[in-house]
Amino acid sequence: MVGSCMTFSDLEILAALSIRSLPWGGGNLMFPTLKYVYLLHTPSSPPPPAPPITITMSDPTPIKTLIKQGAEAHLYRTTFLTPSHPALLKHRPSKAYRHPILDARLTKHRCLSEARLLVRMRRELDRSRIISVGERGGGGVTVPAVYFVDEARGEIYMEWITGQTLREVLDQALLHTTPLTSSPPACPSTQQDLLYLMTRIGSAIAAMHAVHVIHGDLTTSNIMIRAPPPGAPGDGELVLIDFGLGAVSASDEDMAVDLYVLERAFISTHPRAEEMFKEVLVGYEKGMGKKGAQVMRRLAEVRFRGRKRSMLG
Amino acid sequence: MIALGLEGSANKLGIGLIQHPPGYGRDPTIRAKILSNIRHTFVSPPGTGFLPKDTALHHREWAVKLIKQALKESGVSWRDVDCICYTRGPGMGAPLQSVAVVARMLSMLWNKPLVGVNHCVGHIEMGREITGAENPIVLYVSGGNTQVIAYAEQRYRIFGEALDIAVGNCLDRFARTLNISNDPAPGYNIEQLAKQGKTLLDLPYAVKGMDCSFSGILASIDSLAREHLNPNGTPKNTDPPPSDPPITPSDLCFSLQETLFSMLVETTERAMSHVNSSQVLIVGGVGCNLRLQEMMGIMARDRGGSVYGTDERFCIDNGIMIAHAGLCGFSVGEGVVQVEEAGVTQRFRTDEVWVRWRD
Ligand SMILES: Nc1ncnc2c1ncn2[C@@H]1O[C@H](COP(=O)(O)OP(=O)(O)O)[C@@H](O)[C@H]1O
Ligand SMILES: [Mg+2]
Repeated sequence: MVGSCMTFSDLEILAALSIRSLPWGGGNLMFPTLKYVYLLHTPSSPPPPAPPITITMSDPTPIKTLIKQGAEAHLYRTTFLTPSHPALLKHRPSKAYRHPILDARLTKHRCLSEARLLVRMRRELDRSRIISVGERGGGGVTVPAVYFVDEARGEIYMEWITGQTLREVLDQALLHTTPLTSSPPACPSTQQDLLYLMTRIGSAIAAMHAVHVIHGDLTTSNIMIRAPPPGAPGDGELVLIDFGLGAVSASDEDMAVDLYVLERAFISTHPRAEEMFKEVLVGYEKGMGKKGAQVMRRLAEVRFRGRKRSMLG
Repeated sequence: MIALGLEGSANKLGIGLIQHPPGYGRDPTIRAKILSNIRHTFVSPPGTGFLPKDTALHHREWAVKLIKQALKESGVSWRDVDCICYTRGPGMGAPLQSVAVVARMLSMLWNKPLVGVNHCVGHIEMGREITGAENPIVLYVSGGNTQVIAYAEQRYRIFGEALDIAVGNCLDRFARTLNISNDPAPGYNIEQLAKQGKTLLDLPYAVKGMDCSFSGILASIDSLAREHLNPNGTPKNTDPPPSDPPITPSDLCFSLQETLFSMLVETTERAMSHVNSSQVLIVGGVGCNLRLQEMMGIMARDRGGSVYGTDERFCIDNGIMIAHAGLCGFSVGEGVVQVEEAGVTQRFRTDEVWVRWRD
């Protein structure tokens, strides 16, 4: 309701809200980086002439629906500020298995680090203007906008992404196609679409590395594909998520390890997708420009170390 | 079908005899029967690790004695044995060699087929057999290996692993720093000390996706030991005395375990989430550690699942697991080798084995 006819700037809305009026009580609205808090942002079409709007806190107790128990967090679908604005709540519950001191330290660190990296990615990707990845066009790469962070409670409210994880896309696609190595392909158009998606994923990772963000946990569950606009199937915007283990670094080694982690996530969950990962690397190398070959060489080293590792029973 | 298993990839020499009764593998109610499972460990003096040369010598000295004893305990004759299974790798070259020589000799002497077995697959198959866990995520933690494994399409696929040293190696090396006994195992003695620990010291926590790195932790706990302890292991007396109680070896062991095991549980949880599994099976020597089993149990419970562990008979390297996995392979012709080709390999990845005996 509010989203499409915004006339206030994000900043004004935030300034108008006192922290206390938020339904969650305390917490940080990411004030140090206020301009990167993307509230109710309006991506496409110019706003129609706006009727005057009033923002009321009509969402005192937002409904939370658990959608997933992720690798470390509980994910809820909820709303932010108004009942009509969907949001994702990522809560890192305390882990009963680990020592409370260690637990508090890790939860806080991951939460803050994730929020910081999301904001950094948002800013830097915006600056580098990657609006599309891959030759054939298609959406670019982005990360969810951060709305609200409460690191003491281990909570981040962020933009709700309508779409699927790469994991889900691959599961469906591989159910319907024969192994990629076998020829002739059962369903060439689907396979080509899939391969193209892989190249785009490579470019998306390159875009992330180009702004010196290391993901730390690249898996097919941590890459989302936004539901594409009608008429452009398969080419929806790529959304990188789950930056809790991320870091800022420009080292080849860190980048190579990122790729290595993804490679194994690919092979171990989608054994038939081994071939497809090559396309990811093609897209990556191209996207990285000069540094691409360097990281590839490093990746070969990291792989070799991996094979060598299994030395003692 | 009866198999003899010979294991000697590290400092334990293990001999086992197993039987798969008729119908095994087709009828899930039929379980394998352990006929005998004995082990002899080469223990090096405190402050030292076991060297390949000495370990190989130990295995050569004990092999015949142990095999005779195992046959006697099992009550079966060598004539009843259908195949001889030995550890092909991974492991230390010289000890592996000594045991392979014994296996080849027996094969020629008794005229029985030989089966080369991957040590890690041995742990996994034995763990599944003992616990009845059907398709768990496997955490394999030992002195030489740290792997998070999931089964898919006839391979045990490695999801995550140690990027540098193995978790057991980290514990063993810290035991050397503290100069504590290697008997029965350095990790066991650290576990006992850790029970008295109270203060949790800050150590680096290095999880990268489903991989872990342990060498930074080792360096850091070693330097904490130098800082807080005298060379004889007693807490240092500082002047003036600190207001907090002094840091003891127990505190160090406690901090080390809590940090290492949190990392292992976390990476296992990541793998479980990624493949939508709620069962965990812990195998390998470090898997005996009750604190690790407890932590894993809490995690699994919170995910609505359960953890499966085994005791030292099966967790610690043993011959029965080699016999069992070898026999699984033998039933489908996997791993069967001619005497001339029955070598060993220090490097043998878990995912290299074609697990043809599973669907
Ligand atoms: N912003 C979002 N919008 C919609 N779904 C999301 C969003 N973020 C995460 N998810 C879903 O929740 C799952 C777990 O989220 P993630 O941030 O990766 O948590 P974890 O650290 O527990 O893995 C993702 O795989 C995805 O399916
Ligand atoms: Mg995730």
